[in-house]
Amino acid sequence: MLVQGIKSRPVYTGLDIDPNARRHLFALEGAGVEALLDQVKAVGSDFLKSSDILCVGQLPNVAAEDMWSAPTIPVLLNRLRVNLINAKMGTRLYLSGTEGFIGQTMKVALDQGIDFNSIRTEHRGSTARRVQCVHCKGITESVKTSPFQCSHCGLNLLVRDHYSRRLAAFQGVCIDAEEPGTAPPPVEMFP
Amino acid sequence: MSINTEMNVRVAAIDQVAEKVKRFRFERVDGSPLPVFSGGAHIVVAMRDGDILRRNPYSLMSSPHDQTAYEISVLRVEQSRGGSAFMHEHVKLGDQLTISQPVNLFPHDVRGRKHIFMAGGIGITPFIAMMDQLHRDGSQFELHYAVRDRNHGAYWRELSERYGNHRIKIYVDAEKLFIPTEAILSNQVLGTHLYVCGPSGMIDAVLGKATSLGWPKQNLHSERFLAPPPGHVFKAELKRSNKTITVGTHQSILEAVEAAGVDAPYLCRGGACGQCETSVLACDGTIEHHDIYLEPEDKISGKKIMICVSRVKGQAISLDL
Repeated sequence: MLVQGIKSRPVYTGLDIDPNARRHLFALEGAGVEALLDQVKAVGSDFLKSSDILCVGQLPNVAAEDMWSAPTIPVLLNRLRVNLINAKMGTRLYLSGTEGFIGQTMKVALDQGIDFNSIRTEHRGSTARRVQCVHCKGITESVKTSPFQCSHCGLNLLVRDHYSRRLAAFQGVCIDAEEPGTAPPPVEMFP
Repeated sequence: MSINTEMNVRVAAIDQVAEKVKRFRFERVDGSPLPVFSGGAHIVVAMRDGDILRRNPYSLMSSPHDQTAYEISVLRVEQSRGGSAFMHEHVKLGDQLTISQPVNLFPHDVRGRKHIFMAGGIGITPFIAMMDQLHRDGSQFELHYAVRDRNHGAYWRELSERYGNHRIKIYVDAEKLFIPTEAILSNQVLGTHLYVCGPSGMIDAVLGKATSLGWPKQNLHSERFLAPPPGHVFKAELKRSNKTITVGTHQSILEAVEAAGVDAPYLCRGGACGQCETSVLACDGTIEHHDIYLEPEDKISGKKIMICVSRVKGQAISLDL
């Protein structure tokens, strides 16, 4: 069960290297590394000479000017924030990985005054969602089913396509508010 | 059917602030406060010049929060269609004029970490109000202002004194001082926004340079008010009003429509805002698109026209008006 057709559902149009950019800053997670490698295949490796790559986990086997591996997403977000504070105009930001990762890295960028339309994104890997419970406001990571049980307050939540860039999360709404206990069984929708 | 609600104002002060530039101060005739506006906004001033009703847009340059009066600056243009000449030669202290509500098609992006303004000549006016607002908000900004010579340049001295030489940079053509666009744009923090107002050639050059230096279009802003260019006389059929009018050499379609007593929507009267977009039903001739609003494919289709600046080279056009 899923509520679809909502305009705020993010669209990820691909990393497409911007030939005008003076520097390229990549934040990658898991299978997001493949999106970078596909760009190298498509346009060659020249852009790597002016690239910084931040990556959760295993670094890609490429020769970028600067590469750094983070053990977890929160660690990468801190490093990204510092990187953006010190970056100059002409730097293009590229994000690839799961939706939750793209959302959280984009949120850091928005806080630095970067327009989300100027950020290149490509969704790779799991479609599991980061969902906010609209009742207790707790965020549950890696939600694979709808409905699911809120990891904070325990309500049964229906996952909507309604997305918040500010929170970097989809919205989950109680599905059995009128008659608690009548929620349909969870269906795996976000493998 | 314009969305403007006009206001009657009295000319409270006229100052010659530079060669060919006059500043006009407007206060409401009924003494009530004027609406607060946002930096970058403009008003449309209506001028009754004999039989002709002129309506010209001018950027507001007074403090956006000052409700006692609005101020505009008018450059006396050599090949004036009449508006700037009328303001300079006929408008006197105490005269009454009608102005529109303020409309902002050139606001600053509040998310920006820093704001860079580049002005050429009279293009300084919207930035004066914007800097006032940013200064009040404690936001970071700097101005790069190119003038022909120190006598023609308006307000450069006052701005330097108010905001300091670290934020206000003046470049004088006559002294061979030019805006070092590349050096400025190569060294700005990520999240900086750029705003350009001045001659078309300057705007194109600066935006082109910024793009080539990797600035995304979301961070680039410009304002160019285009005066309706002159052209050949042609007929315009207003289908819904059941009228056929003649558009004169120095008249825009919008002005001819208004002169015929037909109400058409408008906001900027400079080909920028899109408000006066009109469907073309038929055209005997070719449309000369002068606006910067329609997409290239719309211009080629010949089905839409911005009647404030565009016209027809040929005999006649039929409009859904």
